[in-house]
Amino acid sequence: MELHEFSLRELRRGLQERDFSSVELTTTLLKRISALNPALNAFVTVTESKALAAAAAADARRAAGEDGPLLGIPMAHKDIFCTAGVRTTCASKMLEHFVAPYNATVVERLAAEGMVTLGKLNMDEFAMGSSNETSYFGPVRNPWHTDMVPGGSSGGSAAAVAAGLVPVATGTDTGGSIRQPAALCGITGIKPTYGRVSRYGMIAFASSLDQGGPMARNAEDCALMLNVMAAHDPRDSTSHPAAASDFLRGLDRPLQGLRVGVPEEFFGAGLDPEVAAAVQTGIAELVRQGATVQSIRLPNNPHAVSTYYVLAPAEASSNLARFDGVRYTHRAANPADLTDLYQQSRYEGFGAEVRRRILVGTYVLSAGYYDAYYRKAQQVRSLIREDFRRAFAEVDVIVGPTTPTPAFPLGAKNADPVAMYLADIYTIAVNLAGIPALSLPCGFTAAGLPIGMQLMGDYFADDLLLNVAHRYQQETQWHRARPSLQAGGA
Amino acid sequence: MASCASVLAGGGGLSMDWEVVIGLEVHAQLNTATKIFCGCPTAFGAEPNSHTCPVCLAMPGALPALNAAAVDKAIALGLAIGAELNRHSVFARKNYFYPDLPKGYQISQYELPVVGKGTLTVQLADGVEKVVGVTRAHLEEDAGKSLHEAFIGQSGIDLNRAGTPLLEIVSEPDMRSPAEAVAYLKKLHALVRYLDICDGNMQEGSFRCDANVSLRRPGAAYGTRAEIKNLNSFRFLEKAIEYEIIRQRDILESGGQIVQETRLYDANRDETRSMRSKEEANDYRYFPDPDLLPLVLDESRIERIRDILPELPDAKRTRFMSQYALTVYDAGVLTAGRFLADYYEQVAAGVDGKLAANWVMGDLLGALNKAGIEIEDCPVSAEKLRLLVQRIADQTISGKIAKEIFEEIFYRGGEVDAIIDGRGLRQITDVAAIAAMVDAIVTANPQQVADFRAGKDKLLGFFVGQVMKASQGKANPDQVNAILLERLQKS
Repeated sequence: MELHEFSLRELRRGLQERDFSSVELTTTLLKRISALNPALNAFVTVTESKALAAAAAADARRAAGEDGPLLGIPMAHKDIFCTAGVRTTCASKMLEHFVAPYNATVVERLAAEGMVTLGKLNMDEFAMGSSNETSYFGPVRNPWHTDMVPGGSSGGSAAAVAAGLVPVATGTDTGGSIRQPAALCGITGIKPTYGRVSRYGMIAFASSLDQGGPMARNAEDCALMLNVMAAHDPRDSTSHPAAASDFLRGLDRPLQGLRVGVPEEFFGAGLDPEVAAAVQTGIAELVRQGATVQSIRLPNNPHAVSTYYVLAPAEASSNLARFDGVRYTHRAANPADLTDLYQQSRYEGFGAEVRRRILVGTYVLSAGYYDAYYRKAQQVRSLIREDFRRAFAEVDVIVGPTTPTPAFPLGAKNADPVAMYLADIYTIAVNLAGIPALSLPCGFTAAGLPIGMQLMGDYFADDLLLNVAHRYQQETQWHRARPSLQAGGA
Repeated sequence: MASCASVLAGGGGLSMDWEVVIGLEVHAQLNTATKIFCGCPTAFGAEPNSHTCPVCLAMPGALPALNAAAVDKAIALGLAIGAELNRHSVFARKNYFYPDLPKGYQISQYELPVVGKGTLTVQLADGVEKVVGVTRAHLEEDAGKSLHEAFIGQSGIDLNRAGTPLLEIVSEPDMRSPAEAVAYLKKLHALVRYLDICDGNMQEGSFRCDANVSLRRPGAAYGTRAEIKNLNSFRFLEKAIEYEIIRQRDILESGGQIVQETRLYDANRDETRSMRSKEEANDYRYFPDPDLLPLVLDESRIERIRDILPELPDAKRTRFMSQYALTVYDAGVLTAGRFLADYYEQVAAGVDGKLAANWVMGDLLGALNKAGIEIEDCPVSAEKLRLLVQRIADQTISGKIAKEIFEEIFYRGGEVDAIIDGRGLRQITDVAAIAAMVDAIVTANPQQVADFRAGKDKLLGFFVGQVMKASQGKANPDQVNAILLERLQKS
């Protein structure tokens, strides 16, 4: 096995045993990035010299007797997390040259553990998209098949981890943006319970839905990352006081007696038969390990997508108002007056999908429409939450497909936004409820594309999801499969 | 009909058949040390943009965290006006674009404010009390400032003020004259300073007011209102409403209709001007701010603030009337401000309350007013004035001498007793000494003595004056009077 395929535990052991230094590891991965990134376009910014300096610092800490699960281990951030001194673009022309004067809490916490940041990862513009095609910096390509999308919005993170450019990356998930690309790229990613991971310094798309989380090649690596990422942060008022936990502690618990619920609504029309079959096989593995399965109903799940596409744009229309051409953003040349400055800067700075969602969000919050759209959507949101509450009275985890189809070709859904929105049909309800959910690989299509299985848990059952995924990965090999990539290819 | 009469009084010739309806929206800047959603200082007058951070600059990814001190101050106001305190209130975003509004929205409260319905009782000039309803008070953040002067063809933005906590206090449309509006505003101004929640500085904009003004026929439904913005003095409030009453009356009486709009008062020209009509008004697209949890008040927090609430103006006025035997008017003047009230109580400690009130309201406030000094900056400490009044009460000096000493300590400083002793101003109360002076005057003026005895009573003043002059003002006037009368009766 090569260095770029190591898990976090294996990397730590190698660093402890002095098999390699952090500088050597970092150099190896930087070389791999420069060889493979041209084909994948996973990185927006590579911070080579800063990375080598951080690696040298980590080696010095280790030489001084320090150790830690993440010390000296390379990673990369989705370009939505603010990094002091390194540009943070959100994959938008609007922030093409924006350099934050501060670090996001997540960035700060991982850096304090001695992680080495290799750069910033591509994404859908302002996290709005399910294929990573809305990026100002061009689409990311799926490492398993470069004509296919990697999913979105954390497409750069998923592709980089799948391709072995980094062992782990951060992502964010507003309606499936960690889980859907994780599924399409054959990796493991968890959207934690809302309030687990601080949103401070994570550029807001839809504040009540956004949640940061780790993306990695297995559940244990996710747990190691989440141990650091999850923490109460007084700078984020929605951060939960009991956010921190030890996610490794229960990782090995046997699944004997685990109550698995399978929602009927997740296996209806629109689900690709290969995906359905792989997920059913995955569920059978849980049963083989002692879990019991029962069918459940999430009757309001069919309303999740339309509810989401009222609430998320509403919040986004307000969250993105600060990008106004006045301070750190793109500014139109020679505006005629103030209104023209706003209009031109925003027209030029935002891509079509972002503009579409701002318009939708502005509309649903307008006088005379608020009650019909925003207020109604909030009421449906309560019903969706109630669905899960009822379900978790009977089962411990809910299992189903992460996405209705495997990765689709680049450009396939660009002309039809609604078809694109339906790529998140199984992931969105989780964000509306605020519960945790995880996607892990459970098979491949005949064409060789990864398939993801989704585990959903009750509030603060993140550890249980990681436990189930870990036990599953102890007995299966899907997560060990690697795409074959030709350096300099494509 | 009383309300119509007050319209006439305030409106400068408004005919009897219109009633003015006024409601006020007051923005009180809460005097917390730091901003409402970040740790930046709120101090006024710093270098532009020096009191800023990622949060109040609205950098991408920055999030608000509520300042508990601002909430406590809102609770204090709510308790002081007997308002409902909403145990659950919600911050909302008010969305609009403006360069000094860095997030593109203002965090405010909309459907559920922290303070609900309350009342404020105001004293009108004729001694009548009026209860004005307070609809609500809500927390919000201030915007920054645009600076147009220093840049040619461009505007500068100073975000030091962005995020300063404001409490917007909205009254019911209960006021019926400019005088009532001014009385309400003054009462509220005194109250926020009593509570130490706002410094009340109207010039710096810490306490500013918008007025909603409309006219109607008495008993009819409310007319269409105009909102007059940014009234930063009591006088401007009065003048602006007076102007607005005439403007609206003229429109209505010539058969026109009032347009609902926002108007700006121009103090230089003493007129209001249209800023924007209802059609041009922004649709603010209010919605609950998802970055902030609902604000939940628990009983212990409310009780903790209730326990440390200072004595409020009305209670203090009533107490002054009974404790110091003051009139309603005197007690009202002395309790108009917390500092003045405290000052008075220090002066009145151990001396006659009425005498202390006369000195504070007469000589002291007169001198301060003449010198243009606020009571907070008074050069004579309350302790010093108490001593001076004490020296009158214990007959060490006469009231006349006291006035001289007051002038001295007010303008030049010095200690009361040192001045009395140094200048030999101690009052003469020795009966024999005064009698000797009286006898000398009586002997020197036989004609006047004869005239007095013949019935010219007014001559007593002449004799008193002569004796006081001979004693250089130091003789005790009561004793001089008594001995004179005794001597002059003798024949």
